[in-house]
Amino acid sequence: MPRIPQLSGRRVVAGIPILWLLVLFLIPFLIVFRISFSEVRLAIPPYTPLFTWHHGSPSLQLHWSSYAFLFTDSLYVSSYVYSLKVAAVSTLCCLLIGYPMAYAIARAAPASRSVLLMLIVLPFWTSFLLRVYAWIGLLKNNGVINNVLLWLGVIHHPLVLLQTDFAVYIGIVYSYLPFMILPLYANLEKHDGALLEAAADLGARPMRAFLRITLPQSLAGILAGSLLVFIPAVGEYVIPTLLGRPDQLMIGRVLSDEFFENRDWPVASAVAILVLLLLVIPIMWFQRLERRELEAK
Amino acid sequence: MRSRGLFSRCALILGLVFLYVPILSMIIFSFNNSRLVTVWDAAHSPTLKWYVALAANEQVLRAAWLSIRIALVASTGAVILGTLAGVALARFGAFRGRLLLAGMTTAPIVMPEVITGLSLLLLFVALQQLIGWPRGVGAVTIALSHITFCMAYVTVVVQSRLVGMDVSLEEAAMDLGARPGRVFFRITLPLILPAIASGWLLAFTLSWDDLVITQFVAGPGSSTLPMVIFSKVRFGVTPDINALATILVLIVATGIAGSTVWMRYQQRRRERDVLLAAAANL
Repeated sequence: MPRIPQLSGRRVVAGIPILWLLVLFLIPFLIVFRISFSEVRLAIPPYTPLFTWHHGSPSLQLHWSSYAFLFTDSLYVSSYVYSLKVAAVSTLCCLLIGYPMAYAIARAAPASRSVLLMLIVLPFWTSFLLRVYAWIGLLKNNGVINNVLLWLGVIHHPLVLLQTDFAVYIGIVYSYLPFMILPLYANLEKHDGALLEAAADLGARPMRAFLRITLPQSLAGILAGSLLVFIPAVGEYVIPTLLGRPDQLMIGRVLSDEFFENRDWPVASAVAILVLLLLVIPIMWFQRLERRELEAK
Repeated sequence: MRSRGLFSRCALILGLVFLYVPILSMIIFSFNNSRLVTVWDAAHSPTLKWYVALAANEQVLRAAWLSIRIALVASTGAVILGTLAGVALARFGAFRGRLLLAGMTTAPIVMPEVITGLSLLLLFVALQQLIGWPRGVGAVTIALSHITFCMAYVTVVVQSRLVGMDVSLEEAAMDLGARPGRVFFRITLPLILPAIASGWLLAFTLSWDDLVITQFVAGPGSSTLPMVIFSKVRFGVTPDINALATILVLIVATGIAGSTVWMRYQQRRRERDVLLAAAANL
């Protein structure tokens, strides 16, 4: 008889988080999906119902107007393209900066590894918002970077650094760098040094050994880190709002403005659904990597 | 071999400089007398006047207190739910709903925050219409949202600890006739306590720090600290925020350093115990 309480106990343990996430994670997306097919109206809530009753039977009211609006107004299309570009460039920069850093940590003496890792993670524990804000003080026209360059005599007029694409890249790379380094480190740390020694014994130059052995073996880490940076960067809101150009918005800002400024819930929902459509493949890819990482130990 | 080691080591040092220069500049300029923030007023600096101004700013203090309370509730809720999910994913093998649970616990980690925030607010609005609860948005809806996105992180931390852990102790307890609940509370829970503690800290920090999701599900009168900071810095740099940042960095740095030392100590004690046990068996 003791098997039955065990089974139901398991059901409760797994059931509670599943139920919680169904209600607060999955169903909300269905609601967003449903509202994206409504039209805006002056009422509470400010959108038309999905079903209307005609002579006692429900009839489905699907409005495509929000989606049509998004595709005809060039503002939205250009924000999508711009967000993808910014996320891609930032991810590449993160990889180029993060890979050598992760490599150096993985090759460091075991005792100093944990200290180095702590140094990488420590900024992550302090406020994200304040770290982005710190860059305003550095990048402003009369900010620290311009003052130093003027004082050194490298430039004679302050450079315009804030409210540029460059500032957004800096902000994203700065904030997301730990997310790139940690999976890369986890991967590189597991590598077997004997393979590199064998390659060296057989006469391979270090560069060739790196390209033929280390790099291919670390592909899973590169992918995990890149997805961990790319996906949230597409929808980034705080960094472009504080550091970016006022004339070219990223899609996260567009969504938030539609919702808060224009109070157009259907269009905001349609923006969210289209961002999700763009990201569904990267997200599922990330989940597969994550599952493999968590279950293959 | 040598030259590449040199290159990656230089990259590491430069990268660390890149990570710490902005934080250091905030700390330095928090002692600056000038309102112009980035122009050092050598005649009247260093000064503590921005710290004094901060201590008198009731809006900031009230928001900080609200943020602390929400973070305490959210991290505790996230730890309970995340531990349940982590245990289910790591120990239950294949069960119905496993793929669903695995998907729903990894997706929130990468999901753009604007989408999560929008969807949660629309859920609360729909719930209010259907069942009349929650009545408006505020601290309760913020806490519920924070629990949801924080539990994903706790799940990953707990799950990876459990997967990397030897099951033989749990199996031995079960062979000796312990019920699953007893096995969990007497064996599994003490072993994964460090993972649960770091999951709690991570959840606390994420909740304390969150702006975007909170903005969607907050109501009038429920401004958290990040919301107050954001509304201030959106229109330029204000020196008292530098002071606030310095205080936060100090708290985090001491907390991390303290917990690292403590964990080192624990680990050394455990190693010593193992050695002693081995010696006693000889």
